[in-house]
Amino acid sequence: MTQLWSFPGGLHPAENKHQSTARPIRVAGLPERLVLPLQQHIGEPAEPVIEPGDHVLKGQKIADVTAGMGVPVHAPTSGTITGIERLPVPHPSGMPDWCIVLEPDGNDTWCELNPIADYRALDREAILGRIRDAGISGMGGAGFPTNIKLHPPRDRKVSTLILNGAECEPYITADDMAMRERADEIQKGLRIMAWILRPERCVVAIEDNKPEAIEAMRKATEGTQSEVVVIPTKYPSGGEKQLIQILTGMEVPSGGIPADIGVMCQNVGTAIAVARAVYRGEPLISRVTTITGAGVADPGNFDTLLGTPVRFLLDQAGFNPERINRLILGGPMMGYTLEDPSVPVVKTSNCIIAATESELPTPEPEQPCIRCAMCAEVCPMELLPQQLFWHAKAQDFDRAEHLNLFDCIECGACAYVCPSSIPLVQYYRYAKGEIRTQHAEQIKADRARERFEARQARLEREQLEKEQRRQERARAAAAAQEKKEAEARQAVAEGDATDERSAKAAMVQQALARKKKAPAGPQAASEAADVDALEKQLEQARSKLETMENMLEEARAGGADNVDKLERAVAKNVDRVKRAEQALADARPTTPEASGEAADTASASQDKPDIAHLEKQLTQARDKLETMRGMLDEARDSGANNVDKLERAVAKNEVRVQRAEEALGEARRQLETETGA
Amino acid sequence: MTLVQQSSPHARRARSTSRVMLVVILASLPGLLAQTLFFGWGNLINVVWCVLLALAAEAAMLTARGKPVRFFLKDNTAAVTGLLLGLSLPQFAPWWVSAVAVISAIVLAKQLYGGLGTNPFNPAMVGYALVLVAFPVAMTTNWAEPAMLANAPGFGETLNIVFTGQQTTVDAYTMATPLDEYKHKIATHTAVEVLQHPTFGAGVARGWEWVNGAFLLGGLALLALRIITWHIPVSFLVALSLMSLAFGANEDQYAPLSLHLLAGGTMLGAFFIATDPVSAATSHQGKLIYGACIGILIYVIRTWGNYPDAVAFSVLLMNFAVPFIDHYTPPRTYGHHKPRRGIPGKAG
Repeated sequence: MTQLWSFPGGLHPAENKHQSTARPIRVAGLPERLVLPLQQHIGEPAEPVIEPGDHVLKGQKIADVTAGMGVPVHAPTSGTITGIERLPVPHPSGMPDWCIVLEPDGNDTWCELNPIADYRALDREAILGRIRDAGISGMGGAGFPTNIKLHPPRDRKVSTLILNGAECEPYITADDMAMRERADEIQKGLRIMAWILRPERCVVAIEDNKPEAIEAMRKATEGTQSEVVVIPTKYPSGGEKQLIQILTGMEVPSGGIPADIGVMCQNVGTAIAVARAVYRGEPLISRVTTITGAGVADPGNFDTLLGTPVRFLLDQAGFNPERINRLILGGPMMGYTLEDPSVPVVKTSNCIIAATESELPTPEPEQPCIRCAMCAEVCPMELLPQQLFWHAKAQDFDRAEHLNLFDCIECGACAYVCPSSIPLVQYYRYAKGEIRTQHAEQIKADRARERFEARQARLEREQLEKEQRRQERARAAAAAQEKKEAEARQAVAEGDATDERSAKAAMVQQALARKKKAPAGPQAASEAADVDALEKQLEQARSKLETMENMLEEARAGGADNVDKLERAVAKNVDRVKRAEQALADARPTTPEASGEAADTASASQDKPDIAHLEKQLTQARDKLETMRGMLDEARDSGANNVDKLERAVAKNEVRVQRAEEALGEARRQLETETGA
Repeated sequence: MTLVQQSSPHARRARSTSRVMLVVILASLPGLLAQTLFFGWGNLINVVWCVLLALAAEAAMLTARGKPVRFFLKDNTAAVTGLLLGLSLPQFAPWWVSAVAVISAIVLAKQLYGGLGTNPFNPAMVGYALVLVAFPVAMTTNWAEPAMLANAPGFGETLNIVFTGQQTTVDAYTMATPLDEYKHKIATHTAVEVLQHPTFGAGVARGWEWVNGAFLLGGLALLALRIITWHIPVSFLVALSLMSLAFGANEDQYAPLSLHLLAGGTMLGAFFIATDPVSAATSHQGKLIYGACIGILIYVIRTWGNYPDAVAFSVLLMNFAVPFIDHYTPPRTYGHHKPRRGIPGKAG
């Protein structure tokens, strides 16, 4: 007997499972049209890879995620794509989303499939790739891409793999029926996942209210290393955290994932999908969905093509629209109500409840909390639901967070028992949403502040460095001066010269000798002038290009219609800059040493105009910087969205001003040294 | 087909506040029955009078506050406040004493604090403590003599006593409570002498032992139905017992443990009063501390204080401490190493 642990709280709501287990899984059939949302998983939405009007085959990929996390979407049957539209999708918000609409041709023709006979012959990456390409995301509810889940970080070794067959929510029997009828496929899928993860222990956990499923899974796993563990029926034993606690006695650290403690949970439906993807090469295009509730005459489980409208499924089960007052996707504890029965079944849709008023009565109006703490008694996470409610209602979000609001799994146990009929979970969702918004804003503000401070620090640092450089140069100049004088004195002492004049002559000689080393003076000067002109050209071209690029960016952001023209202009300017760069490179002497000396000589030969020119440049740059700063301040005040861009531009101009300053300083010093000498 | 849009969970347990309070009322009936059997009609008359007054006061306040009267009246909480006062006041307490107690409970302690769920103090105990302090004579001299119903004043006579206050005839039927008697006599007498008094009878305390037993029974029913948890009553009774064993082992000086448990309002207090959820601590650990402190305070006040019984004062004193207790006794949440005590941003 495997050791089991218990979890605190929990409850035993009326199960209402027998209604939908009376008949075997039925095939739902082909509706007139299938609606396939592009986002059926957590991550980035998929992008269509087909066009309206295309004919697609069953199993053909019709949308894929190219950047970021996500899995593709496949055509559940052969037919014609009739549109890519925003349509109602199953989501608690009730908001429409992009969907591909497929009109079946009735032939149900498969595309070419590539079954893998022996997956062990391949490497794990290849199988993970196959699982991804099959469009498999967790089918228990969240829809996390399975290939990513099966590939935990290297330092998170999974030692226990759990197949979650608890199915603790009332009404839902999709996993139960799948285990009864498809135990073998489940077992195969589980083995593939176990092969990928190499865990020490592989457990199939089933609540003790599903004897048939337990029997079937025991039979299927006979002789394998997987063990079937029967756990006591108590809601929410199928919650990932609770199931891990029941089976291992360990708790997933707050804010962590099960892999942090070496555990992973997978869903029954996911196991089937993995087995099919590998052994048959079939992508995920259908799932088992429970249709139940007193609003349908013939409840049961249906093998449903993804994209099948809920209304179609309900009709298969003998829907009586007169009687129902609530349509729930998921279970009665954690599911959400549907506004519109035209929404499609997606990868995560495990159950649809067509409930009548007498079955799930409209709740009484909310009464004041009497602090009875029945909510705390049933909370499986050992939170203080009433305090959380109190703080959420008072918008005292700090306190709510302090009391671990974010550990709430929204199982609904608290609201289920609340004698005051308070929709507690709704309050927690509200508080979580508000806190998330606040955090996002805080992060944004912090980032802006950090950026500002970093810039401030950088400017100070640069100022300091500049000052140091200046001092160093001054010291070097002084040292050189001293050296010269010393040499002169030495010369005097040696008797080569008897007076000041001879010392000066020696210095002149030395200077001449230095000049001789350099290439012929005037030629170098003219060359340097050329280079200067070219440099100026290049700079102009560059600044023009920059302006153009900014314009283009703005045009793009604003969606203006001259984007094309601007793009062409930018391209042209890029060419121009390149040409200028090339010309400059050609004009410059080949060795950096030589070019340095040439520049030296050039500046030496035309000190005065150079300084004037540099001064002009500096003033211009300063003016420009000033204007830019003014613009930036204005943008900041008005909260415009081009603040980032302006900040960058200002930084660039600051650098430019500095450069100009340095150049000017350099030139002046040189002038001083020369005249001093 | 109009579909209801609603947040999960969609299923709910049909146990409303109104139902919870009704169960509390029903669970108190054995105690009321025992009181009536041993002390005459007084308590029953008190209960009816107090409940009616409580409902009237609640309705008046709800009207004044512009709240829906029917909606709140049917939650039965005002009725429970009236009931608890009716059960705890002396049998022959004059009608105006009860009226002051009930009205101050509902108006001052409950509605002026914001009504149901927002009162920091147990309303019934506020009312009780108020009249105990304000009218000490009426509150100590109107306890019925424990006698079987047959020997007690009849229904009409009791009504007459309560509502017209014919004090002269009352003396014949009243008697000091066992706790009071023991406390005042033990200073000058031995335990054996004190226990000669008819109020103690052959058992622990004539009549009172049955009344406490009946409230214990009702309390166990509340536990079994999971209306209350065991933490407060158990810690309450254990702390009271430990105090008695530790300090009052000498019966010639202090009242014995049996008297502490089975006389006065001990069981009513442990199961029906201290467990009032609105004014009690919430977490399991908090409830244990809260209950234990009430038990300790009851012993301290009964033994060294001026009042023979102390449930009301002890409960009220601990009501003060509830926010503090709650801050420092949250449970350890799943996935956390330690509970997060205190208030965010402050040490603790």
